[in-house]
Amino acid sequence: MADGGKAAQEATTIEKSPLVRFEAVTKRFGSIVAVEALSLDIGHDEFFALLGPSGCGKTTLLRMLAGFELPTEGRILLDDEDIVPVPPHRRPVNMMFQSYALFPHLTVAGNIGFGLRQENVARAEIADRVAEMLALVRLPGFDGRRIDQLSGGQRQRVALARSLIKRPRVLLLDEPLAALDKKLRAETQFELVELQRKLGTTFVIVTHDQEESMIVADRIAVMDGGRLMQIAPPAEIYERPNSRWVAGFIGEATMIAGRLGTDGSIESVLGRMRVAGTGKARPGDTVWLALRPEKIGMAAERPKEDFNAVTGTVSEIGYRGEMSIYKVLLSDRSVMKVAITNVTARGGTPFSLHDLVWLSWPPEAGVVLTE
Amino acid sequence: MVLLPYLWLVCLFLAPFVIVLKISLSQTTLAQPPYSPVFDLSAGWAGLVEFGRQLSLDSFGLLFTDLIYLLSYLKSLQVAAISTIILLLIGYPFAYGIARAPRGWQPPLVMAVVLPFWTSFLIRVYAWINILQRDGLLNDVLMRLHIVDAPVSWLSSDTAIYIGVVYSYLPFMVLPLYAALEKMDETLLEAAADLGCPRWKTFWLVVVPLSLPGAAAGALLCFIPIVGEFVIPDLLGGSETLMIGQILWSEFFANRDWPVASAIAVTLLVLLLVPMLSYERLQQRSLEGGR
Repeated sequence: MADGGKAAQEATTIEKSPLVRFEAVTKRFGSIVAVEALSLDIGHDEFFALLGPSGCGKTTLLRMLAGFELPTEGRILLDDEDIVPVPPHRRPVNMMFQSYALFPHLTVAGNIGFGLRQENVARAEIADRVAEMLALVRLPGFDGRRIDQLSGGQRQRVALARSLIKRPRVLLLDEPLAALDKKLRAETQFELVELQRKLGTTFVIVTHDQEESMIVADRIAVMDGGRLMQIAPPAEIYERPNSRWVAGFIGEATMIAGRLGTDGSIESVLGRMRVAGTGKARPGDTVWLALRPEKIGMAAERPKEDFNAVTGTVSEIGYRGEMSIYKVLLSDRSVMKVAITNVTARGGTPFSLHDLVWLSWPPEAGVVLTE
Repeated sequence: MVLLPYLWLVCLFLAPFVIVLKISLSQTTLAQPPYSPVFDLSAGWAGLVEFGRQLSLDSFGLLFTDLIYLLSYLKSLQVAAISTIILLLIGYPFAYGIARAPRGWQPPLVMAVVLPFWTSFLIRVYAWINILQRDGLLNDVLMRLHIVDAPVSWLSSDTAIYIGVVYSYLPFMVLPLYAALEKMDETLLEAAADLGCPRWKTFWLVVVPLSLPGAAAGALLCFIPIVGEFVIPDLLGGSETLMIGQILWSEFFANRDWPVASAIAVTLLVLLLVPMLSYERLQQRSLEGGR
């Protein structure tokens, strides 16, 4: 994740031939446009996330890759070959369903081996590979169990094993962890990453959970309303979102509207804001400075610098254990969110409600957005 | 409160059964009621002993010695078995079609299956007489299409019984099958396709196994009452081999032999106990499975 794929940073496309390529794909259901003229590439060995609010078209995109939906327009290439005419049962991709879709009339082994039986693989080999898969998902000895005897977490593993046993070119994961409780979900996220590294298979995950997508994925495609909003590695999406919408969807951000001056600083109702870079914005443009809550400092006294400092009163405190979220009401009646790590074990928070506080941040803390 | 259901069971099922069982152990007489002994408490303990002594298994003995009863039982089982198989073959595509229809279409389609119940069963069977008779609709159509040259006599035959039974019991087959198919998770079919299973094979590997409880429920729901069916064979069937329901009717009303009629009924009940209990168990299991 850290190296960030320098070549991929800018681009929606990768230079060398991608494994999967969506080419101007549009999907309409009646008059509803689920996916609109969308193009994107997914590379070999990549853990790729499709992220967005519900109804953004991410699941439709995944289902088109699996073959359950056909694009209204456009092509979908797998290894440079158009797979749109290929029916789902002949595509070398497998899907793990959100509901797991395990066959209730078959045992664990029957479920996992189902895909291989369709290819008339010899019984002995099926048994071997089922055992291998059970070991991989850490459920050894579960072969004979009935599906209704399994816990939610165990079902999730069986579903994963079933979708991996045919060694697909691409593994599609449709909200694979949504049904798990929070703690199990967090553990399983890391396991998924480990599994993907070990197998080297391309994973495409659909999720609405931005935290999950950042933990597991090499690159994230953020979608809204059937369109691609931004496609980049997690850190870039978080630190350098390309729009107010993305900045607001991934994590939290306070936006300060202003006008870019000729000296590269922003003039706003809250004063002069110094920034490290202005991106695509040109002097005179209306811009927004996006600030993440954890990058803002809070103090009782006025800071020495006369820029990037605003004052206000604490209007709300959300104690979250490891940190506290403060909502600070500023002079222009806008609210700025600040996250302060709770470094002592005293409990409580260093600032109280209605306290007069000063907020400040270094020039490199914010991102200048033009849209 | 807990006892209330049992009270119902005793009043509506157990008490009538005990009476029928008692009559089956009696002898026919030319009297009112046409059997003896009659249960009478006024004679005291001695009367009760005498009552017990007069009971006999003669009627049951008759059932096993006279071939006509045995043949009728076999005939009934045969009609029920063959009809149930035909019902499964016809009912399955019906139920599958409804279950796979668009959501909004399903209630009217189910309604259409149930709609015949709004007309008297007897009238519907009479309508079949009309259709099947020599100058009826069926022969008319067949001759116009030049499939047959002369009218075929459909009535008074086993074919007519099968047509009548299958027609009358179709809703009892379709509804449980529909219920089983309708609640099946569609993503299971997608999962099968995803794992390399073509559509036709998915039907056999996933749809059929998952609808088996519905099919079994439908089959038992049809088989059990068809064995005792009286009206359909009486109106549409011939007179060579009678179904057990017809024999029972004639013993009771024509021969006024209540004990033999009751013995037939009791034997039929014992015969049907096996499929009935298996139906019960099936219901039980699907209830537990649903939890």
